[in-house]
Amino acid sequence: MVLVPTAYAPSSNNKTSSWRTTRPVIDYSKCTRCMICWKFCPDVAIGVTFGEKLDYPNERFSKLEAPFINYDYCKGCGICASECPFDAIDMVQESEM
Amino acid sequence: MRAINKNWSIMTGNEAVALATKLAGVKFVSAYPITPQTAIVEKIAEMVANEKMDAKFIEVESEHSAMASVMGSELAGVRSFTASSSHGILYMHEMLNWVAGMRLPILMAVVNRSIGPPWNIWADHSDTMTQRDTGWMQLYGESNQEAMDTIILGYKLAENKDILLPIMVMQDAFTLSHTSEPVEIRDEEKVREFVGEFNLPFKIDINKPMGYGSLMPPDGPFMELKMDMKKSMYSGVNKFIEITKEFNETFDANFPGPVEGFMMDDADYALITLGSISSTAKHVVRNLRNQGKKVGLLRILLYRPFPKDLVINYLRGLKGFGVVDRSSTYGPFGSLYMDVISSIYGKLDIPAANFIAGLGGRDLRVVDFEEMFMRIMEGEDGEIWINAGVK
Repeated sequence: MVLVPTAYAPSSNNKTSSWRTTRPVIDYSKCTRCMICWKFCPDVAIGVTFGEKLDYPNERFSKLEAPFINYDYCKGCGICASECPFDAIDMVQESEM
Repeated sequence: MRAINKNWSIMTGNEAVALATKLAGVKFVSAYPITPQTAIVEKIAEMVANEKMDAKFIEVESEHSAMASVMGSELAGVRSFTASSSHGILYMHEMLNWVAGMRLPILMAVVNRSIGPPWNIWADHSDTMTQRDTGWMQLYGESNQEAMDTIILGYKLAENKDILLPIMVMQDAFTLSHTSEPVEIRDEEKVREFVGEFNLPFKIDINKPMGYGSLMPPDGPFMELKMDMKKSMYSGVNKFIEITKEFNETFDANFPGPVEGFMMDDADYALITLGSISSTAKHVVRNLRNQGKKVGLLRILLYRPFPKDLVINYLRGLKGFGVVDRSSTYGPFGSLYMDVISSIYGKLDIPAANFIAGLGGRDLRVVDFEEMFMRIMEGEDGEIWINAGVK
């Protein structure tokens, strides 16, 4: 039998994060939950926390759903950090993590 | 004596191919017409419309789509076929790689035609030579009989469970595709039995969804898949010899196999050719033999995988040989010449000339082959263009 490029597995098994060199990190104390990063992520690697509320100096914001980064699929392009109007996303070298 | 109980007919190469797909039990055909392949598509469409062939025929808007749709049908486990020429082959280049990499044993008839510019519709092997690295096996036929037989042999070879690779079956534009010759029509029942049922081991199953050719990172088995393709392809040489033997026994036929040596046994000088020009070359070999010159001809029928060991065996003991390339590729030499020379490197030390001839359908005449033999007998080597120059 020959080797065939087929798999009984969803393509979500392909963790494309392996080629990331810089990692976006969200500072939730600055994040206003505007979700612009979620809109711009070209790899759908930014999700929304459901139920989980995150700390924010302003109590009104801390009750809202927040964006989170799925590090299994984030390739580190930095578009989220570039688009964030509040500079709440930092790109950190993977080698420093 | 052989011919008495046989079903002979006069037909063109295109008709022979179309009829062969019916005999082989092809169930799905998708193609886009292009000169000089159009008659194949027309004939199949006619047979399907008249219910003489039990198959589905889909018209598409391009060759890229034609190859994509046979890829889909083949994945569904249906024996599929397409045909094209020239710029059509170039247009489906991306899908050719996909089909081979997915290990789908599709057959495609190619009527070899030149690549423009300038616009030209005549015989030339440049179209398929540019596709020799796509993972498709390539068979170059010499006659209309071979146009029919290579389709039948081709399905059996391609669908072998240790091979599972697509095959291009070639014939030269007009010289074969539009010229009528006697062809023995193989018995349909025997052909079905010879080719067998088609069972794709990994066909699409809606109850068991699978990813086909999805993303593979560098540490995934990407290299291993390519390695396995090459292994399967080169096991195809011996498999082709086996299948040829079985074919000749089943049909009382005379199919040559991967290479054909013509008067090579005691030859001192030889030419290596592909396709229909070999017939003229054989005629010249016979003439020169009558004049006492020990010459021969080696015809390569199976070009991919390249049957290097067979070629070495035929060339051993020669004093000189020439390789005729009927294609314009822009490496240091012609494609076939480079394959032959790299195969014999370090094993044989024989002067070898590379003749570039017959581009864009330019006639290869008896005098041209005589000139080639004369030049190799004089010990010439390097690249020599035949019957070309400012006119």
